[in-house]
Amino acid sequence: MKNEEKHALSFSFSRWWAIVLKEFIQLKRDRATLGMIVGIPIMQLFLFGYAINTDPKHLPIAIVSADQSVFTRSFISAMKNTEYFRFEDKVRDEHSAKEALTTGLVQFVITIPVDFTRKMLRGEHPNLLIEADATDPTAIGNAAAAVIALAGSVIQRDYQGAAPVLSESPPTPPYGVVLHKLYNPEGITSYNIIPGLMGIILTMTLVMMTAVAITRERERGTMENLLAMPVKPFEVISGKLIPYIFIGLIQSTIIIVAARFLFHIPFLGNITVLFTMILLFIAGNLTLGITLSSFANNQMQAMQMTMFTIMPSFLLSGFLFPFKGMPVWAQTIGSVVPLTYFTRVVRGIMLKGSGWTELWPNVWPLLLFNVVVLTIGIKFYRKTLD
Amino acid sequence: MSSGSINKDFAIDVRNLNKSFGDKHVVRDVSLQVAHGEIFGFLGPNGSGKTTSIRMMCGLLTPDSGEGTCLGYDIIKQSDEIKRHVGYMTQRFSMWEDLTIGENLDFVARMYAMPDRKQCVETTLKQLGLEERASQLAGALSGGWKQRMALAACMLHNPEVLLLDEPTAGVDPKARRDFWEELQQLAAKGISVLVSTHYMDEAERCHKLAYIFNGQLIAQGTAKEVIESQHISTFAVHGGDLAALSQELKGKPGVDQTITFGDTLHVSGKDEDTLKATLSGIAQDSRYKVQLIDTNLDDVFIHLLGTKGKQDEKANA
Repeated sequence: MKNEEKHALSFSFSRWWAIVLKEFIQLKRDRATLGMIVGIPIMQLFLFGYAINTDPKHLPIAIVSADQSVFTRSFISAMKNTEYFRFEDKVRDEHSAKEALTTGLVQFVITIPVDFTRKMLRGEHPNLLIEADATDPTAIGNAAAAVIALAGSVIQRDYQGAAPVLSESPPTPPYGVVLHKLYNPEGITSYNIIPGLMGIILTMTLVMMTAVAITRERERGTMENLLAMPVKPFEVISGKLIPYIFIGLIQSTIIIVAARFLFHIPFLGNITVLFTMILLFIAGNLTLGITLSSFANNQMQAMQMTMFTIMPSFLLSGFLFPFKGMPVWAQTIGSVVPLTYFTRVVRGIMLKGSGWTELWPNVWPLLLFNVVVLTIGIKFYRKTLD
Repeated sequence: MSSGSINKDFAIDVRNLNKSFGDKHVVRDVSLQVAHGEIFGFLGPNGSGKTTSIRMMCGLLTPDSGEGTCLGYDIIKQSDEIKRHVGYMTQRFSMWEDLTIGENLDFVARMYAMPDRKQCVETTLKQLGLEERASQLAGALSGGWKQRMALAACMLHNPEVLLLDEPTAGVDPKARRDFWEELQQLAAKGISVLVSTHYMDEAERCHKLAYIFNGQLIAQGTAKEVIESQHISTFAVHGGDLAALSQELKGKPGVDQTITFGDTLHVSGKDEDTLKATLSGIAQDSRYKVQLIDTNLDDVFIHLLGTKGKQDEKANA
């Protein structure tokens, strides 16, 4: 065997570079994909960042009050101050209030019965009725809690001393509960959503694009040409991935910039730590894409497989719905999804300023995921046309 | 591998190659030798195993059994070396349609680590006559140009062996003729060419032929040898209503097959005397002119297809 032929068996930088160049040129000519790279993060940022709010304010409410007193007025003005409610002044009687609730004109009806204040002062323990449209539990949750808390505090403030009966019945608990909303004291949804969005966008675009990029070569017949050339599978695969690493970094940067300047989300952690984790997550998604491409025969199948793998990421990773609130089986599935850990990592770095020590419980599962998927990918990557 | 049985004098020397996909036995015991500087024609109907055989010879597929060398390199263990010295042109256009002609050639030149890459690409473009269109997308080329470009691309690294899989399918006659002239020049330079084709005029230009059917080689040799090996005689009939005559002759003693070529009807059979006797009746009809001719490749291949097909049917029944 001649010397130059021994050369052919080792990694060649120039062949690898040729693949990288080719991918960049092809990507440059693929307007649709380019649009997707920039379009998807921007669209999702706007939709998730501006449209979605799990703590909605200014919900329509009707008050049916048969008791006009200082207390009820003060109660209503306190409700106004919470900003959770928008009062439908036209609805005043019980009948029209019921109708308004059914048609969706209002989401809450508060009924203050006749002689409420008097009965209360007498210690008869009267009831305030709050009717809420519970077809959307998320929408009314916080607002309902606010009304209940309000009732107690208004009574305490306005009637302390004046009505000694009240301080005994209902009995005040002998302790106070203090809730500190840490990391996001105002409970702003976008603080939660925007950092989580980074993982969603990276998963969506990168898995699909790599899976498609490799099946496309197979579908168009150019893979046969590549295989007939003296190029190592590792050179082909790693070369093809380089542009997508850049794409992932661009998308992440768009989100970080938007988080900072558009949504004013605090960034407490270290940017280097964040980008290191982003690279690790990108690597995981790219290997997943390649692995999927080994099983797909054409671009359509690759696309379908991507959708299939992305679905649990979307729903079970804790991005949209609280992870701890899911049943155990769903949490188990969620624990296999890399996005679960990445979402925690990004939120941890941005909102809590976590460092490597705090992040480690979420870092090793990501590392493990990369190793496992890479092993499967290498095992099934087709080096020949067999 | 028993290296004694492999002759290094051959550019390609494969023995008893077998390949199955699932329960389909696509290539059965294929053995063939291509000498240096030889144009070797690989013929056979669609799905007979031509592409699979070619892919095994250049290391794209691993044979289930069998052995062989390409330029002295083992087709199973040394596919990397084979790839460096062999040019393979796929049946379907497999250059990147979203790269320009120049970019495609440049990519290929980089893949083979060609010294003086830019010069090499420019020379190729010049030879192709595509200098001015170098920045056009390869996908925009017409069929004939695509074939020429693909050939140029697989010639870029100066291979010693060319494996061409139906390179002229769907190409116009002039482009086909030019293409073959190029092949003959290459062969004259000592490059060995294995080319699969469906065209008989192309087959006649080959130094040697192999005919594959249902994964098996059923005839091999020079065109003359292949024709003679089948021992069939052919009469040409001119004039009259040939379609009706063709129907009439089917099944008559000595008549194995009838093929219409434009205004000529070829009637062939293994038994020349019986065939002659059958045709003597027709020769008396003044409308027809009957004469004994040399059997050509078309007659032989259709004959091979017919007899092999019948044998296989019997074997399966």
